[in-house]
Amino acid sequence: MSDEWNPKIQAIICNWCSYAGADLAGGARIQYPPDVRAVRVMCTGRVDMLFILKAFVDGADGVLVSGCHFGDCHYLEGNYKAAKRMFMVKSLMKNIGLDDKRFRMTFVSASEGAKWGMVMTDVVNKVRELGPSPIKEFQK
Amino acid sequence: MAENSEPRVGVFVCHCGTNIAGSLDVKDVAEYAKTLPNVAYAAEYQYMCSTPGQNMIKEAIDKYKLTGIVVAACSPRLHEPTFRIATKEGGLNMFRFEMANIREQNSWVHMHGMHDEATAKAKDQVRMAVAKAAYLEDLIPKSVPVEKAAMVVGGGVGGIQAALDLASAGIKTYLVERTPTIGGRMSQLDKTFPTLDCSQCILAPKMVDAGRHPNIELLSYHEVENVEGYIGNFEVTLRKKARGVMNPVEAAAKGIVGGGCNGCGDCTAVCPVIKPNPFEFGMAPRKAIYIYHAQVVPLIYTVDFDACVKCGLCVDACGEKKAIDLEMQDEFPKYKIGTVILATGYDFIPVEEKREWGYKRHENVIHALEFERLICASGPTGGHLVRPSDGATPKSVGFVLCAGSRDNTQDGVGKPYCSRFCCMYSLKHAHQIMEKIEGCKAYIFYMDIRSFGKAYEEFYYRIQNEGCKFIRGRVANILEDPDTKNLHVFTEDTLLGRPVDIELDMVVLASAIQPRDGATELRKKFGVSASSDGWMLEAHPKLNPCGTTTAGVFLAGVCQGPKDIPDTVAQAEGAASAASIPIHIGEVELEPYFAQCMQDICAGCGMCIKLCPYSALDLVEKDGRTVMQVTEAKCKGCGTCGGFCPGGAIKMQHFTTPQIVAQIDAYLLGGE
Repeated sequence: MSDEWNPKIQAIICNWCSYAGADLAGGARIQYPPDVRAVRVMCTGRVDMLFILKAFVDGADGVLVSGCHFGDCHYLEGNYKAAKRMFMVKSLMKNIGLDDKRFRMTFVSASEGAKWGMVMTDVVNKVRELGPSPIKEFQK
Repeated sequence: MAENSEPRVGVFVCHCGTNIAGSLDVKDVAEYAKTLPNVAYAAEYQYMCSTPGQNMIKEAIDKYKLTGIVVAACSPRLHEPTFRIATKEGGLNMFRFEMANIREQNSWVHMHGMHDEATAKAKDQVRMAVAKAAYLEDLIPKSVPVEKAAMVVGGGVGGIQAALDLASAGIKTYLVERTPTIGGRMSQLDKTFPTLDCSQCILAPKMVDAGRHPNIELLSYHEVENVEGYIGNFEVTLRKKARGVMNPVEAAAKGIVGGGCNGCGDCTAVCPVIKPNPFEFGMAPRKAIYIYHAQVVPLIYTVDFDACVKCGLCVDACGEKKAIDLEMQDEFPKYKIGTVILATGYDFIPVEEKREWGYKRHENVIHALEFERLICASGPTGGHLVRPSDGATPKSVGFVLCAGSRDNTQDGVGKPYCSRFCCMYSLKHAHQIMEKIEGCKAYIFYMDIRSFGKAYEEFYYRIQNEGCKFIRGRVANILEDPDTKNLHVFTEDTLLGRPVDIELDMVVLASAIQPRDGATELRKKFGVSASSDGWMLEAHPKLNPCGTTTAGVFLAGVCQGPKDIPDTVAQAEGAASAASIPIHIGEVELEPYFAQCMQDICAGCGMCIKLCPYSALDLVEKDGRTVMQVTEAKCKGCGTCGGFCPGGAIKMQHFTTPQIVAQIDAYLLGGE
């Protein structure tokens, strides 16, 4: 690959909806940019705020958490609890001067392969617009 | 693996023919894996899921003393069970396995001109999986006993068939039906295509069988209120709606000897309140104490408390049987079941909102199910098709197909999918009017005729030969002649390429279907997802069409997607078979992804207790300290507690914080 900058985006996605949706996108051969790496958890409720902050400290240019639609959570309400925490992540990011658009929570169901493709494209484009994470510069 | 020994991970990269190898450099990925920390062995192979592929894993475990296995191939949602078994057969604990999804989430989504990027992504994915594999631990699946009972929700033909199969296999089955009688949509039909069997004649024996089978407990006029538990151990709370009438068993329980409803109908004869009968779509009356039709199962009357004036005439008419209790209240009985089948069926879209066809504005535009009732000998007109406007016998009838199906207008009413049985029943309707009414002309307005089933295409030819006119074109507009109430149907005959205006006595809309009202709430109670079109989502569209992603919950019939009676019955039998397996085995293994409290560092704050949706966590006193304790049988492993514990004292097995952080670090810090 060239010297051109490519973003590093960490995704943490739930097994029952978004991971299945991502698999469906694969089955349907929906093409999207290759800049996201996913960690699978059973439910977005498992996502500790520290995972997101750790990813940023490690130099991620963007982080995505994706789960089931509200009311569709395999574990009833894990995604509600996760979403609440994600607001805290956003306010923390603002406090330390990190653009909170680098972090996003989305809701993609197991039947929304096309939507997963759109989310991927959109997240990558947004992070590309924002450029490399300032945390990396700071750590130099 | 002892805590202090070094992890030794084996990495196996799959070509999947050209599915993976066509889009990225598999050999390069395998070579790269060899350079990663903790990797003791790495290889690539054409098809890892084949027997030789699995044998590679087993042999390598022994030869290289591996402590963890990584397979980079398809989705773990597909082949994780396969490779776990191979890992187990190789002598490792089956949970010492991790998968890198380099197919669905890599080679298939980065296909064109992305070879280098896809290869780099696969390397990252393998590195992340290896990092997690180094932290994997031995886990033991938890085996739980299965309640020897099943529940079927929905008493249409699918639900009845499923319940009969389960019951015949020796399983206690609760058949839950929302309305006062089982039978569902099929009991409203006159004849069935393509054999022209009388629908009720072939359904009624099954209804009767379900009503008297010793293993079936018929719970009509019940709805699902609440669901708790998991496969093998569901506890379902039903709402037993106040029926106002006791069956003989309930009467006996209240000490009324020889009492209870025997279906004599004396009550309905004296009831002064008249309401439209929803079973006949309001085209026939019923009383406030009623049965839907003569063949109901169970034959127990029901009081419509919204209409009842509590005059008490029915109570007097019932006399010594003392079956009627006008003060009856809803009850909430609980049932313990091992597995459940959902068979909630369908409703029609509100086709009146498609204003161009004039349903509910033009009197002689009717709905296909209204046609079924009008042509049915047991229907409101005794089987004589009449025009609603003047009661005359129609001499020309049009059938509008795809009335809301295969419709991408995005108006919120039309559906993009094919409703699958409208073509065939409209052919049947055309046959029926030509047979019953001498000289009556039938016109079918269609986009395509989809006659895909066994003997369906032959039936289509038969109707063509009987003289039905087929006009290929979607109906644009239907206007009513205000004097005669005749209808003008406007469309383009796309085969002749010219607009047509046909005057007809009557029009029947083959309306699109949608999930039953209340089906969404029901599926959420059972943790079942929906497809993008709103139908319940099966576990796999091809290979697991009866299962769902919630273990122990199965689907039958149209609730999973449009299908006709043979397909519904077939799926019901499949679902019954699938639902009986855990019950016959008697126990199920649950994935051991439980939360564990590290009590030495738990501060006993109790934050997690409120987060748990299953009440699996409690605060207990231990050695003079307050700490949290997990009840494993209740924990489903979502990790919502572990995601929030301020002290990091909750360990989510197989998704531990060190494992997840290792993956994040491996991606962001471990690259080239």
